[in-house]
Amino acid sequence: MRLLTHNMLSSNIKGVTNGFPLRIEIEKVVEKQVDFNADFLRNMFPKIEWKALVGAARTLGYVELPEEVEPSRLDSEDFLRKFHHALLELHLEEGALVCPETGRRFPVSKGIPNMLLHEDEV
Amino acid sequence: MSSRIAQIRLVSSHPEVYEPCDDSFALVDALLADRKNLLEHQPTLCLELGCGSGYVITSLALIVGQEAHYIATDINPHAVRVARETLEAHGVHAELITTNIASGLEKRLAGLVDVIVVNPPYVPTPEDEVGHEGIASAWAGGENGRSVIDKILPVADNLLSEKGWLYMVTLTENNPSEICLQMKEKGYASRIIVQRLTEEENLQIIKFWRDFDSQLEAKGMVANKTVSSRVMESLLSQFHIMPFLRGSNKQQ
Ligand SMILES: C[S@@+](CC[C@H](N)C(=O)[O-])C[C@H]1O[C@@H](n2cnc3c(N)ncnc32)[C@H](O)[C@@H]1O
Repeated sequence: MRLLTHNMLSSNIKGVTNGFPLRIEIEKVVEKQVDFNADFLRNMFPKIEWKALVGAARTLGYVELPEEVEPSRLDSEDFLRKFHHALLELHLEEGALVCPETGRRFPVSKGIPNMLLHEDEV
Repeated sequence: MSSRIAQIRLVSSHPEVYEPCDDSFALVDALLADRKNLLEHQPTLCLELGCGSGYVITSLALIVGQEAHYIATDINPHAVRVARETLEAHGVHAELITTNIASGLEKRLAGLVDVIVVNPPYVPTPEDEVGHEGIASAWAGGENGRSVIDKILPVADNLLSEKGWLYMVTLTENNPSEICLQMKEKGYASRIIVQRLTEEENLQIIKFWRDFDSQLEAKGMVANKTVSSRVMESLLSQFHIMPFLRGSNKQQ
């Protein structure tokens, strides 16, 4: 699971109002090289919750992302490379995503999060 | 320019995962038929709901290219694992999520998805067969085969971007003209990209897109009956010609 996906997921449990971002529990992280594409990154940037990405990357041990970012940084290749690495190349392979409000764990196995709810959570 | 699609021999399988079938092939044929438009569309985010073996999302990724980002969901945990293997065997990537339709994604992905593809469980069955564990949930569609389809449509409407497109498989028994009319009321135009008559099924692949005229008409429709009946006529005329297209793929 890429951190882009983490950035797009929230807790879907009934009644939860503050389900984003999901906390990350790590068992195994892998890095996979992805072709660099500046246009894609510029298109994705406005769709990303920056704080959540910075936090998730930190949890996975990557601390190169700036806390705050001005859109003008999108002209810097150095910045884009870091954004690229955090967004697409760091994968949570085994572990869990945890609802920040209820503590409910959504397991991540073979890089695939399982967001299925129990009957009493829908 | 290549127009590669997923190769059957590289599609992974599992006894409880839907194998690519006529409906899957018709959907991929529709994507191929619309390839030129898809490439011009330059989608950033693409999503498949109910990916099964991964045959369709892999084909979409091969057709559109790795400049876009792909996400695929399925309610069946075996399916997403099989889909992962199928994607890897073709050297393409999609993010996989085990979930009900797009649950968990709807908040953050709202208005961000440029292409959605769906081959839903569309076979009319008793309502209590819908959503069961295992392979039956791959086809069981409840009354008129509409149970899951009717849940998917509002989700798709929420997720699609302003320029977003939805490609969906329907069966004649699903009453596709009514589906198109419902989508028209939400401001979407529609077109049948492929229609196919197999031994057992009469399938349509319908493309939906947000359309300014439809949005205006949708607003007018409440007060204006003539508009609504005109819409119905044009939709029905589209479906009317289908019996003459037996077996052939007709690009409209
Ligand atoms: C007709 S199969 C299509 C599979 C594949 N897309 C293809 O075209 O070969 C329908 C798929 O939708 C999945 N499905 C059924 N209900 C679902 C739901 N509520 N949410 C997500 N996926 C669902 C099934 O598990 C199955 O894999």
